[in-house]
Amino acid sequence: MNLTENNSSCDREINDSLRVPLLALFGGAAVWLIVGLVLGLIAGIKFHAPDFLGACPVMTYGRVAPAANDAVLYGFCIPAALGVALWIFARLSGQPLALPLVPVVAANLWHLGVFIGTAGILLGASSGHTWLEYPRAAAVILFAAFMLIAVSAAATFGWRRQQELYPSHWFLFAGLLWFPWIYSTANILLNSHQLPRGVVQPIIGWWFANNLVFVWLALVGVGTAFYFLPKIAARPLANSGYVLLAFLTLVFFGTWCGIPQGAPVPAWLPTLSSVAAALTLVPLLAISIVTLKTVCGSNVSCKGGPFCFIRFGVMSFIVSGILYVSAACPQYSRILNFTWFGAAQTQLQLLGFAAMILFGAIYELLPQVMGKPLPQPALAKAHFYLSMIGVLLFFVPLVLAGVVQGEKLADANIPFADANTAALKFLRVSTTGQMLILLGALLFAVNIFIMTIQWKLGIAKTVIAYIKSPLETAEVKS
Amino acid sequence: MKTGLSIFIAAFIALGTSWCGFVLAPLLQLGSAQQTVILQTTDNWPLQRTGAATLGLQVYRAYGCAACHTEQVRQTGSAFEVTLTSLGNQKPADFIEFTKSLFVLPGLANYTNAIAASLNGWNGGLPKTLLTATDKDVATEMADRLKAVGVKSETAIIATGPDIARGWGSRLSVAADFLYDQPVQLGSLRAGPDLANIGVRAPDANWQLAHLYAPKSVTPNSTMPSFKFLFEVRKVGASPSPEALNLPKEFAAADGFEIVPKPAAKQLVAYLLSLKANVPLYEAPFTPATAAK
Repeated sequence: MNLTENNSSCDREINDSLRVPLLALFGGAAVWLIVGLVLGLIAGIKFHAPDFLGACPVMTYGRVAPAANDAVLYGFCIPAALGVALWIFARLSGQPLALPLVPVVAANLWHLGVFIGTAGILLGASSGHTWLEYPRAAAVILFAAFMLIAVSAAATFGWRRQQELYPSHWFLFAGLLWFPWIYSTANILLNSHQLPRGVVQPIIGWWFANNLVFVWLALVGVGTAFYFLPKIAARPLANSGYVLLAFLTLVFFGTWCGIPQGAPVPAWLPTLSSVAAALTLVPLLAISIVTLKTVCGSNVSCKGGPFCFIRFGVMSFIVSGILYVSAACPQYSRILNFTWFGAAQTQLQLLGFAAMILFGAIYELLPQVMGKPLPQPALAKAHFYLSMIGVLLFFVPLVLAGVVQGEKLADANIPFADANTAALKFLRVSTTGQMLILLGALLFAVNIFIMTIQWKLGIAKTVIAYIKSPLETAEVKS
Repeated sequence: MKTGLSIFIAAFIALGTSWCGFVLAPLLQLGSAQQTVILQTTDNWPLQRTGAATLGLQVYRAYGCAACHTEQVRQTGSAFEVTLTSLGNQKPADFIEFTKSLFVLPGLANYTNAIAASLNGWNGGLPKTLLTATDKDVATEMADRLKAVGVKSETAIIATGPDIARGWGSRLSVAADFLYDQPVQLGSLRAGPDLANIGVRAPDANWQLAHLYAPKSVTPNSTMPSFKFLFEVRKVGASPSPEALNLPKEFAAADGFEIVPKPAAKQLVAYLLSLKANVPLYEAPFTPATAAK
């Protein structure tokens, strides 16, 4: 299985067609990443100093924490993943991006939606359902923007030169179908004036959250990794049979996870979910085998480059998947449910897996699209080490906090306050991790912004030169 | 996976089945759920909230209280308790003699010491708990044996588990408890205690208001942020407001000022006090403490 790409003159056309949409998607994404991580840091500090910024209702923990998570997922992960997917589709098709203006409009629309959503949460208009907090106005805009980008991606996919599909196609194409379906279902049912009765709401909420944070991110993250890892390692993607197995089991089993054990819902729902979670070990295993066989023995000296990011991302995915499966296991969920363990898994999935793979992909593709190297390659390397250490310092203490807190909560003789205090010690370390991740993200944003500014200056110079030169000759002739 | 169509079909079937399972099926099963009847009564459960409490749920949602508080109690099992209510025409001493004859029975043999200890020094006072922390079969057998000799007893069901031992509820939370919640705020993290029965645990509205204004004034080791912006600090008028908070010195307002809850604070407290979940239901049976008299 090789990347059968046409590396001839159409490279230039592809890159030209992608430049504006990708800068629009990535530029906004970088801003939202910073916003999300700053809000996350504020939320984290509130556990050490509960009244930090406490006089301001906008900065209540219950508003800042979901706003932070949503800004990272909706503001950064999704637009960045869509940009990367557009690039991969165009490259694999051997065609320039179809309808290149549509994603530009859509990118701006998307970032407007995230802005309205974040403002909505902070002002108290949250819907109250995890990962669906954005008020309806924002949700409608996000849905429309996603559909526009999906149209452009699907058209690029449809007009491809080679009939044969590459595995990344499967994952990314399924992702294009996945999001509109789950997002529309969940918003129509949970973001309306008349909600479904009682616990139907959280059931649909869990279904949506699982399909977005676990399945959708897995589809785009693994799809991206399976494109870039073989490409950078300059060797084919190993074991095509395992890749197919991973894809099919991920979509068929992964989509049934997410209903927590012991939830106040009919027992068949969590039971089905925990069976599905156990079966999700199959795609996790298959993805690790494929990645190991593709990566091991290759002579890539990555030293903080894109390869490092993507490799770390895949490792995070496996660990996050194992944490997810273990939390769905009835014996462990009794301890781990309602603790920091769940937050640890989510943050690893977002910042350790999805964001790291997207950083790597962007660092790899942006110089090609812009036709010039990264302005500050040293910052990109520093970003990798900061992010890697940051993610480890962020999620490992949260996992430990969850286990300790869970064990203390399970013993009714230990006062609640003691269980809480035990977890707070670990939270001090994880706040340090958050700071490092934020620092890394700032370096990422510096590279993106310098590139954007250089490009805009370049255009301005061309325009000025164009305005100046013909005018003079024309005047002379007249 | 040779064509786009085959990916589309695979993804469509995968997501479509889970959509049917986790969206459509719950809507069909629970989407038109009605009130249920409280066990051994004719009362309905749950009741619609009052106006203030309904608005209070929106305050709870808007401030994201569910980020730190759950509203669901877990239960690990049930224990049965057999309590003697009437000896009929037997004398206490005769009854103690009679219980010794029960110890040879296979089901009750393991409880010999427990029963003997509970009857040690007993002077015939009723009600008298004979068996605690036992299972359903043993409790039923005990009750049958007692009935056979004309002694009356009651069997109580007690929900068990760490959440219940902490006093966070009398039983596990079930779907019926959330029938009227729009939106349902189950929560997923216990950075603060569970609130499923906070209306039973802390039924004093003034305590709730003081806790919202300055959590440390009522629970010294609380890590909850204060929600001071839900209160108004104002000059005392002609006469102090009846709603003014009565706080310890270090949290109280300066002299000549009083702290009065804004409507949102009162609504939020009304909502918190409406959280009870303290009645037995068919799917979550237990014997309420008052019924054991």
